[in-house]
Amino acid sequence: MVDRLPVAKPARPAAPALKASVTGLSFHYGAHKALDGVELPVYDRCVTALIGPSGCGKTTLLRCFNRMHDLYPGNHCQGELTLYPDNVNLLGRQVDPIAVRMRIAMVFQKPNPFPRSIYENVAYGLRVRGERSRVVLDEKVEQALRSAALWDEVKDRLDDPGASLSGGQQQRLCIARALATEPEMILFDEPTAALDPMATSNIEQLMTELKQRVTVLIVTHNMQQAARVSDYTAYMYMGRIIEFGETDELFIRPRLKQTEDYITGRFG
Amino acid sequence: MSADRAAYYRVAIRRRRHLDVAFAVVGLGCLMLGVLTLTVLFVEMAVQGLPRLGIDFLMAFPSRHPGEAGVLAAWVGSLAIMAVTALAAVPMGVAAGIYLEEYAPRNLLTTIIEINVTNLAGVPSIIYGLTALGLFVYLFGLGHSVLTAGLTLALLILPIIIVATREALRTVPDSQREAAYACGASTWQAIRDHVVPGAAPGILTGIIIGLARAIGETAPLIAIGAVTFVAFLPPSPVSPDFPFISLDWLMAPFTALPVQMFNWTVRPEEAFRANAAAAAFVLVLMTLGMNGLAIWLRYRLRRQTRW
Ligand SMILES: Nc1ncnc2c1ncn2[C@@H]1O[C@H](COP(=O)(O)OP(=O)(O)O)[C@@H](O)[C@H]1O
Ligand SMILES: [Mg+2]
Repeated sequence: MVDRLPVAKPARPAAPALKASVTGLSFHYGAHKALDGVELPVYDRCVTALIGPSGCGKTTLLRCFNRMHDLYPGNHCQGELTLYPDNVNLLGRQVDPIAVRMRIAMVFQKPNPFPRSIYENVAYGLRVRGERSRVVLDEKVEQALRSAALWDEVKDRLDDPGASLSGGQQQRLCIARALATEPEMILFDEPTAALDPMATSNIEQLMTELKQRVTVLIVTHNMQQAARVSDYTAYMYMGRIIEFGETDELFIRPRLKQTEDYITGRFG
Repeated sequence: MSADRAAYYRVAIRRRRHLDVAFAVVGLGCLMLGVLTLTVLFVEMAVQGLPRLGIDFLMAFPSRHPGEAGVLAAWVGSLAIMAVTALAAVPMGVAAGIYLEEYAPRNLLTTIIEINVTNLAGVPSIIYGLTALGLFVYLFGLGHSVLTAGLTLALLILPIIIVATREALRTVPDSQREAAYACGASTWQAIRDHVVPGAAPGILTGIIIGLARAIGETAPLIAIGAVTFVAFLPPSPVSPDFPFISLDWLMAPFTALPVQMFNWTVRPEEAFRANAAAAAFVLVLMTLGMNGLAIWLRYRLRRQTRW
């Protein structure tokens, strides 16, 4: 990428660079069409939220980004999902899904730590990539746990099982696991759906810090959450993106009646 | 709620309670019938056999005199055969189970293989014995040996281990697989690091249940030519000279505990019955020991893996 020239901060910052863009993406689970011609820009180092009623295809779209659908037979998709700056279509047949997952990490709806120690949970992505050096592992594990705001709580018990943590801590452990490999983008699928309000606000706080470094794509069915954490929001319905825009715009002045009905709670 | 309606519900609830109790009684009766029969059989075996059981019995070769005969060759033979069986069936069965569950494409061929594996588990063991007689003894020329016996029983329990492995793998939640893949793991890494460790308790249980089944098998061993009068042990697997390991024991003639028992029970002399009961006691203890080991291992490993 070209280094940006130092310029005076404009009154209203121009749209940031694109990190990814989805064009004409359709997805089928067998015969069931879950996505229908989705178009979506994802901006670099911003939080983009996907909202919409249950079953509208948010998870399906999110899991296209790290080729999770490849794990199950019978799914197929058309369209393109381009990752920048190298302009590669992540859905291309010749693209190795492992290579995609090396660059794009994911945090799931239900915390799913491995039945291993806290340390090994965070180190796993590095080990998979062949990292053996204890010094490097120690350093990166600590860094990741610090970024996930978990270090102070676990630094004295890194060898305890990950399952010994509370639900909110487990989810932050999963975030640390995703961060340890320094991904370019992190996908969150309703990361706070299983958590209490306190843990939820911790994670929301974390998300706004994360976007300094990585691009974040988050699925949520909690509109307040989307409004609080995201820079851009896409409203989905029945496998399509109905409206996309800057979060402030979309929540305050939605262009479509349908979007307005959903975010004001009249529908959905 | 009106009073007569409440009364009606009370009657209906009482009727359902009676049904509950009735079923519990019938179920308990069936259970006790099974357990009691087993207990009686076991006690009778113990009463008959225990007087014969002792170090001498375990350390003596067979003899024409019931009072001097022992099971040394038989239990050493059983252990040697089990070693071969385990070494052959465990890696093959577990690998096949992993392939079928995690790698195999869902197509007609896979389905046919799956159905056949499941059916093989129900094939009578004598069929395995006859197949092995043709294959290992005559075609491969392995002789009436410990090796042939071990491989025959390995074939017999292979489907058990494959099926148990697959069931154990299926208990590992997809969320664990997805977590591993999302970290960038390859299929092999996800399986080696997460799926197999998570399934280990179930796989181990399956292995031990298979081996416990194998150790009691008689028919296939007789079919492939077990010797019922063995007055020597197989050659030792370790030797004092280079290369210190000897595989001669694999080719030695064999007998096994159930074969020895069978032989004793068909003898006309009443005194051999006691020997058979004592040998049965040893065999049951070995099987119980293996099942106990399975339970303990499962308990230990389950504690480590909670998803
Ligand atoms: N594994 C699957 N197999 C078949 N259909 C599925 C599967 N997962 C989701 N679907 C269907 O696809 C649609 C979109 O699902 P999903 O993306 O999970 O919605 P959301 O995350 O917005 O609630 C739903 O109609 C759902 O029933
Ligand atoms: Mg969802």
